Amino acid sequence: MVEHMDERGTGESASPVVIEQMVNEQTLAGLSLSELLMRRRGLRRQLAAKAGLHPVRIAVMSSSTPGELIHLLELWLLASGFAPTFYTPEFGRYYVDSVHDTQALVEFKPDIVYVHTSVLDVQGRVPMQATEEQFAALVKSEVARFEEIWQSVAEKLGCIILQNNFELPPVAMLGNLDGTLPGGRTRLAMELNREFAAASAKNPKLLLIDICSISARVGLDRWFDPRRWYSYKILTTAEANRALAMALHATIRAVYGKTRKVLVLDMDNTLWGGVIGDDGVDRIQIGNETPMAEAYTAFQQYCLGLRERGILLAVCSKNNEEIALQGLEHPESVLKREHFASFQANWDPKHENIARIARELNLGADSFVFVDDNPAERAIVAAQVNGIAVPEVGSDVTQYARIIEEGRYFEAISFSAEDLGRSALYAENSQRDAFEAKFADYGEYLDSLEMVAEIAPFKPVYLERIAQLTNKTNQFNLTTRRYTLAEMEQRANDPDCIALYGKLKDRFGDYGLISVVLGHRTGDALEIDLWLMSCRVLKRGMEAAMLDTLVEAAESRGITELRGTYLPTAKNAMVAEFYPSLGFQQEAKPSAELPEGATRWSLDLRRYSKQNQHIQRMEFSHV
Amino acid sequence: MSKLTPEQILAELQPIFREVLEDPKLVVDMHSNASTTPNWDSLAHIDLIEMIEQQFKVKFALGELQDLKNVGDLVTLLAQKSQ
Repeated sequence: MVEHMDERGTGESASPVVIEQMVNEQTLAGLSLSELLMRRRGLRRQLAAKAGLHPVRIAVMSSSTPGELIHLLELWLLASGFAPTFYTPEFGRYYVDSVHDTQALVEFKPDIVYVHTSVLDVQGRVPMQATEEQFAALVKSEVARFEEIWQSVAEKLGCIILQNNFELPPVAMLGNLDGTLPGGRTRLAMELNREFAAASAKNPKLLLIDICSISARVGLDRWFDPRRWYSYKILTTAEANRALAMALHATIRAVYGKTRKVLVLDMDNTLWGGVIGDDGVDRIQIGNETPMAEAYTAFQQYCLGLRERGILLAVCSKNNEEIALQGLEHPESVLKREHFASFQANWDPKHENIARIARELNLGADSFVFVDDNPAERAIVAAQVNGIAVPEVGSDVTQYARIIEEGRYFEAISFSAEDLGRSALYAENSQRDAFEAKFADYGEYLDSLEMVAEIAPFKPVYLERIAQLTNKTNQFNLTTRRYTLAEMEQRANDPDCIALYGKLKDRFGDYGLISVVLGHRTGDALEIDLWLMSCRVLKRGMEAAMLDTLVEAAESRGITELRGTYLPTAKNAMVAEFYPSLGFQQEAKPSAELPEGATRWSLDLRRYSKQNQHIQRMEFSHV
Repeated sequence: MSKLTPEQILAELQPIFREVLEDPKLVVDMHSNASTTPNWDSLAHIDLIEMIEQQFKVKFALGELQDLKNVGDLVTLLAQKSQ
């Protein structure tokens, strides 16, 4: 929450806070590539001067010149409190020096061996017209060569091995077929990656560095640099080496148990759009009703995903606790109070609250990652809390998850079943299985969507969306009558009116609030003034579910008949036959005041039977 | 990039050489090369080229890299590239 700090008298300015800072991971992450290269030596001296660094010995068995990579890795490891010593044999001797001439490697006594190879090192050549048999044989011999390395290191050293998988090749001569034909280098890389993944899954000391995805994020064209290869036997760009160094650093931290465990979150403009204390819970941006709300919902889902993989969530927010909790009680909030292991919403400085969270969870703040859209809060926390990671997430919610991922704070070397939240995973698999089945008819298809609808009388929190939907829906709209927010509010509170909204979600997602029905009582009948629905949910049976609920509401008031009108416009021909499709009878004599083409319909409730068959009804906030 | 004189380019190169070769008092001239300049080994050379490319926002072609014999060649090349 950037906007209102000063007014609340917290004594902190929203301008960036200048604080003398130790060089740390944070510093490195904030530097551009050219700044990083320019300042590398100075930074290294500063970092290496720190006391209490943890020594780690790393052998880099590389097929290319690893100097630049090692320099960058060294910086990140120093920033994380390691004092690394490296051993690098002559480039290209990674196989020989790991398997046959192993004396130097053994004498170095590494804690970690990193086998740094590239797709360009794959030795065998498959002819473009290779057969499947030739392809399989090549895969086998390549994997065998690496298995020799892994086995030799395991036997002679018994230490952790980091092995990268393969980037996709810089040129794909067979185009799209490069990934499908046995002669394709892309297919070879993919197959080797599968084999490496399987080998790593079986061997807890063989850790895979996923260069395939690291290089994809950088972009293959910015990954390889042939000029550097021909000039100095470096395969990749400095940018690529930085990305790889950061990934290696994260895994090495994980090897030494320094993985971060807690995600500390601000609330206003971090978990939802807007300032809940000013705007009120009804006006914060969360849910599916606006693009901004969707983006915040997606970020909440990302946070929940981290929680499911074992990361603890905590709130650190400048708010009244009671108001902050309302945000989590918002029906559209993905994150609920029970998802947070610690909850600090008050007006104290954030670094004090983070100290409280650390005490409460009995964890060091150096295992925390702090996410806040406010740069001033980030600066203070980074300066005041030793070892905490404070990614520069900016204030654009669509970028938060990407920027957090970039830091690789939560890199792990394995997951326990408890980490993964096994039950959730099983549920997901069984859903997928169900969807693969074939459908006998449309109804069966609808059932497979596992639709759930919330259909209820208007709630204040939804009035804005109801008015918005009412005023923009033209196609599935029986009367195309427009209402202001105030008019909607008035009808919501009128005991003679029935005003229902419908929300729908299914296995593929949440469609939000997509239908509105409004009627008023005239004697024993209910006159339907408005019936509309978003075309996003056409042919789902949502109309039947709305009608069932409308009938229930009418019957509970002793109403015995529904009456409706179709008012034709240039755009709503699709609902001309809507009422008869639900069993309404056309009134013989339309009243004279109706415009041309309009029709009148009625439904006798004494003979009504339920029509909804495919949608489960419940209140979403309790799901 | 606006056109720079060889003297301006040389002046901009000085801090890069000082940083990479770790000698805050170093002054290179047009005739300096790897064998006459302390610490200018092959690893330092890679760093120099990378930092010069980043700083001057240019990319050297393979042939251009191969033909560099001294700082003067580098300055001439940068003068051409920055035109």
